[in-house]
Amino acid sequence: MNKWEDNKAWFLILPVFIIVAFSAVIPLMTVVNYSVQDIFGPGQRFFIGIEWFKEVLSDGRLHEALWRQLLFSGLVLLIEMPLGIGIALLMPKKGWGSSACLVILALPLLIPWNVIGTIWIIFTRPDIGLFGAAINTLGLPFDHTASPFDAWVTVMLMEVWHWTPLVALLAYAGLRAIPEVYYQAAKIDGASSWAIFRYIQLPKMRGVLTIALLLRFMDSFLIYAEPFVLTGGGPGNSTTFLSIYLVKVAVGQFDLGPAAAFSLIYFLIVLLFCWLFYQALQAVGTGDKQ
Amino acid sequence: MGLQLENVSKFVGSEMHLADISLQLKPGSRYVVLGRTLAGKTSLLRIMAGLDRPTKGTVRAGGVDVTGVSVRKRNIGMVYQQFINYPSLSIYDNIASPLKIQGVPSSEIDARVREAAGMLHIEHLLDRLPSELSGGQQQRTAIARALVKDVDMLLLDEPLVNLDYKLREELREELQRIFGQRESVVVYTTTEPTEALMLGGNVIVMHEGRILQEGPTTEVYQNPASMQVAEVFSDPPINFIPVHIDGECARLGNELCLPLTEQTAALPQGEYTYGIRSNRFSLSPRSGEDVAIRGEVGLAEINGSETFIHFRQGKESYVVQEEGVHSYKVGNTISVYAHPGDFYVFNKAGKLLVAPKHDR
Repeated sequence: MNKWEDNKAWFLILPVFIIVAFSAVIPLMTVVNYSVQDIFGPGQRFFIGIEWFKEVLSDGRLHEALWRQLLFSGLVLLIEMPLGIGIALLMPKKGWGSSACLVILALPLLIPWNVIGTIWIIFTRPDIGLFGAAINTLGLPFDHTASPFDAWVTVMLMEVWHWTPLVALLAYAGLRAIPEVYYQAAKIDGASSWAIFRYIQLPKMRGVLTIALLLRFMDSFLIYAEPFVLTGGGPGNSTTFLSIYLVKVAVGQFDLGPAAAFSLIYFLIVLLFCWLFYQALQAVGTGDKQ
Repeated sequence: MGLQLENVSKFVGSEMHLADISLQLKPGSRYVVLGRTLAGKTSLLRIMAGLDRPTKGTVRAGGVDVTGVSVRKRNIGMVYQQFINYPSLSIYDNIASPLKIQGVPSSEIDARVREAAGMLHIEHLLDRLPSELSGGQQQRTAIARALVKDVDMLLLDEPLVNLDYKLREELREELQRIFGQRESVVVYTTTEPTEALMLGGNVIVMHEGRILQEGPTTEVYQNPASMQVAEVFSDPPINFIPVHIDGECARLGNELCLPLTEQTAALPQGEYTYGIRSNRFSLSPRSGEDVAIRGEVGLAEINGSETFIHFRQGKESYVVQEEGVHSYKVGNTISVYAHPGDFYVFNKAGKLLVAPKHDR
């Protein structure tokens, strides 16, 4: 009796194995492979262990990029989460108003990333851009190609404009899922709007907000398109976030080994933060936090 | 403090939800609003609570006009079909929440929360979160929250529907005891006649936004004013038989001749509808006066320790309730017996003319 041969279930899950292998496991293993070798050319490769990891981890420019990245993602979450929730709370609950709001919110999400970059470059140009020129006319010098602060503001504006709607849409879906009777019950208790938000809406939205937070963290931590299109990481290195720096190392300098080690570390950092956020949010409101 | 509804109507758009409702609810009494889904039970409760404003009519509480006064300013408690509690607050804080909002001192809050929790047997769960409790415990929490403030009116909108059978019976019994100790008006909606009978008090039978009949529960059950009331307020279901009364008996075609009683003999000849609850049918004659109806078994369903036999006679079909679990072959012919004095008699418009004498 050979149970293995009788077990047809293996055929059913085989396609998934193959797809996952080609889409994730094999590319990842290639990166692992690069990260532990020094490659001079075809047939000329040497195993060097964790040498690249040591080099990457002691790279001062990478440290700078990491701090810059953390600051950026932190600010993005601090702005987008409350703003998104606020927009969702202000949106009409039904009727044509809600449909109109949904369409308007979805618009930024439908525009390709390079178009978004171009829109904002033109919009913020100090000479002809509506925003840039207007700010300059008001007497505030604004030029994202020269001032690191202005470049940051611009990237931040792009990011917030592009992705707050996602948070708002998720929060809106969460709000709509709360049965009307909860609000009635709160009214009967005499609860204030703040209490309704704090004790009904917020806890009931926890699931979707967890997803929104994780998505926004991951996405903003991997940000590439916006600074790349805007200034290519400049002025100086002021908007050189992790992925911009990674591409400089991998493509600009063609240092595949360090770039591979960098990628793995990058991946692990994202994974670690997501896990931390997830754990923290799961504990909130379940009484585990005490 | 009692509640009075005067000619209250509620329209949503052009759709009628409530039509010309007038009611007088006395403090310390219990009212069961009985009706099928969409009968307007919830709409009525919402107007009583002040959650909705009636399109027409007046609501008075203790003689004062409160039509359109916000629910925030009315002292009421409400329990819903769904188990509604604050998800992130402990059971203790959930029960305490209405008192905290009223600004009751914390020592008093503590005593009252524990009293309410004790009444509903959840005092050991006070530290938990609602999501950590079973459905029954969650509903107990919601009921405790409604009871904790000294409300003028307690409204329960099918509170036991989402619970399983055993829990429902248990809570129903406890609720009856708790309601008995209250000075407030208690209004309880349900679709189940048995629930209305168990809770006692008064019943308000509703159908399509109108009140069909109201009064003490047993009285309404025994004397349903119309066929509609009898249909809504009958469990086991009621059977209707179209008959023609002539000088001799109440006939259905050639097959059936129900002898006239003292009361039915007084009726003028013509068309009537006889009604009989399925538990008043029996499969063997109980007295010499019993009349047999022969029919063909269509279906037999077993419900708990009772068997419901659906049988057909000519065009009509009837349901018989039989004690105990029995099995029947579909298509077999059976005889069912009924006493002529056990029939309700309705006129052509469906109004009750004769009710069975229950002292028989």
